[in-house]
Amino acid sequence: MSEKWLRLIVVATMILLVELLCRVGVIPRMVMLAPSQMVVELAEILRTGQFSADIRTTFTNIAISTALSIVLGFVAGLIIYSLPALRHALEPLLASYYAVPTFVFYPIFITLFGVGSASIIAIAVLLAVVSMITATLNGLDRIPRVLRKTAQIYRMSRAKTALLVELPATLPYLFTGVKLSVAYSFIGVIASEFILSGAGIGYAIAYAYNLFENGHMYALILLVLVTVTIVNTILNMIDRRLQARRQR
Amino acid sequence: MPRLAGTLIVLLTFILLWQGFHLLVGSSAIASPLQTVVKLGSLLGTGEFWLNISETMRAFVAAFLLSLLGGISLGIVLGVRKLAGNVAEPILTTLYSIPKVVLYPLVLLCFGLGISAKIAFGVMHGLIPITLFSMNAIRQMKPVYRRTSQVMRLSPSQSAFTVILPAILPEIISGVRLGFSLTLLGVLIGEMFASQRGLGFLLTSAINLGQIDTIMAIALLLTVFAVSCNSLMMLFNRQLTHR
Amino acid sequence: MNPAAAGAKVVTLKQQPAPVEAHATLRGVTRIFQLPKSTLHALGPIDLDLAKGEFFSVVGPSGCGKSTLLDILAGLSAPQAGTAHFEGKPVNGVPDGVGVVFQEDASFPWLNVRDNVAFGLRRAGVDPAEIQRRVDYAIGFMGLKDFAASFPAQLSGGMRQRVCIARTLVMQPRLILLDEPFGALDQQTRLLMGDELLRLWRETSATVLLITHALDEAAMLSDRVGVMSTRPGTFIDFVETGWERDRDSRVVSTPHFGDITARLWEKLRVEALKIMSAGKS
Repeated sequence: MSEKWLRLIVVATMILLVELLCRVGVIPRMVMLAPSQMVVELAEILRTGQFSADIRTTFTNIAISTALSIVLGFVAGLIIYSLPALRHALEPLLASYYAVPTFVFYPIFITLFGVGSASIIAIAVLLAVVSMITATLNGLDRIPRVLRKTAQIYRMSRAKTALLVELPATLPYLFTGVKLSVAYSFIGVIASEFILSGAGIGYAIAYAYNLFENGHMYALILLVLVTVTIVNTILNMIDRRLQARRQR
Repeated sequence: MPRLAGTLIVLLTFILLWQGFHLLVGSSAIASPLQTVVKLGSLLGTGEFWLNISETMRAFVAAFLLSLLGGISLGIVLGVRKLAGNVAEPILTTLYSIPKVVLYPLVLLCFGLGISAKIAFGVMHGLIPITLFSMNAIRQMKPVYRRTSQVMRLSPSQSAFTVILPAILPEIISGVRLGFSLTLLGVLIGEMFASQRGLGFLLTSAINLGQIDTIMAIALLLTVFAVSCNSLMMLFNRQLTHR
Repeated sequence: MNPAAAGAKVVTLKQQPAPVEAHATLRGVTRIFQLPKSTLHALGPIDLDLAKGEFFSVVGPSGCGKSTLLDILAGLSAPQAGTAHFEGKPVNGVPDGVGVVFQEDASFPWLNVRDNVAFGLRRAGVDPAEIQRRVDYAIGFMGLKDFAASFPAQLSGGMRQRVCIARTLVMQPRLILLDEPFGALDQQTRLLMGDELLRLWRETSATVLLITHALDEAAMLSDRVGVMSTRPGTFIDFVETGWERDRDSRVVSTPHFGDITARLWEKLRVEALKIMSAGKS
């Protein structure tokens, strides 16, 4: 509990420090707005609904990308797990996967899917899906052999074993994959919008930057930071609960 | 070695799929593997391309070194100081999962358009994973190692270099591998958004001009570079741990 | 409670006696593992008859195929040669009426103690009232009443193993197979768990086969102990302990217990030395 408070104090102090530096003019208004002003600006754009369409586009894309990554990653993980030869061959590639700067493939998706949500979702899925595959493989690897033997002792069918023993045993590991899929979907969608798109929060931030509209820009940046923090905190809470059950 | 053969087969399959895709959608949408390699060869023959490479590499090397030194030292401090580590960890994981692009305008406003903004942006990407991995390496080190070095009456520096460092190095290298990739990504994104030089800039201009073969040639170059460096680090790690 | 047959002679037989009523049998059972470059003759040929209601232990050096023997009897793996029978029927897959307790912690971390214990009954579609009754009994019997709502991660290793035993007990098995169930526990906990096991055995009148590497455990708990050789594992000795059915861990203080243990060690020492000199262990 005291650690929690300490953390709150650290974060609050940093925000207050920035607030102070902005107020006295050490950080010029041209560079950064005071945090309190950001909040005011955010409330303002949420009230007027000026960016509602962009916000909706972005969060829809993130949701679709997350769902696709989780489902595709899980299924791919199952398939790779059931084919040891394929897995053997893929493993060195999977280990190097995050070394590939995925965003450079964005133009290729544009030629395939056109400019718009489909390309953005494709790039975000490309970024997020591998963490789900890795998490699935990891979870399946770590089902203790004795649990499968136990299912055999109860003379359970293959399907029942998968549903009642293997799935719950892998769940904590799968959730790690879910967490990463969410984070990478956020990064993939917003970064794609930022660099090369005509809609969404990322685009709106880049647009506001180019027009020197610092008020809008910081309001949207704050919106992203707050959303990610909230989502992250909730996921971590669920994660901690799942991990507490994991022993061995 | 059969493992290598399998991987080669997968790569070959990938190239065949690429070629098939190319035949399906046509040259204007996807360059063929051969076209891409030829284009890359001709690009590498021009001095201007090498100028852009060196521009990107300068920013990348600087950002990577800063992430490396900063991340490892910060990680060690947070790993040794339990309370500081516990307080910092959730903050760091949240920072890790935010899309850092949204902060790029702030970086540009602070550092201006130029190499320092790219370096700063690269560090923002690479620093946190290296810090997190180094911190956890220290925290998860078996306490028996430290006790053994005490029993052997090693001096603090002896214990640090002969026991602790070898014990935590594999974890740290994993962090460095991730940090390496993300730093590169950060520098490239920086160049793609706002720069007049570098591979990222070349990518953006090729996108705007619709030069699909140039885009794919650069993507291939970057992929080969990143994957080879990553493989070297993995190999080094395996040598080190005798696994 | 009376340390039974103090001073009785240890009966050692080269051939096992013909059991009154064979509950489970192994005939010529052999297990061979195919390795990439060679074959490993792990076990056999093994002949064994378990009498109904007998407490039989297997001791042997590490790697002699004790666990493989149990797997074959449980129907978890099939022998290359020979047959296994349970209640007159050949073993083909896990037979009805067989319960197994493993050395590893096999409790399900995502279920609390009560749900862990009830798991098998629910799979078998037993009527809920009956499940309730049997689970309550097993939880009480294993001293888990205060922990019924706890999750395994909150319990000690010994308590988790109690959960696994309770989970086996509720199924009312007629043959209980235990694969070094107390191997991961400390010595004192092991002795006490041994008492629990004896109590359970008397209560259920099930046939028990216990695999162990601990000589004292085998000597204290069993009616009969089979000693196995190094790989390929075969039985080299059978020792009748002659304990009364109503015994507990206090028999360790009797001279007779010393005699049995000495007898077991005499045979096993030779085998253990073979392994050590071969540098395998």
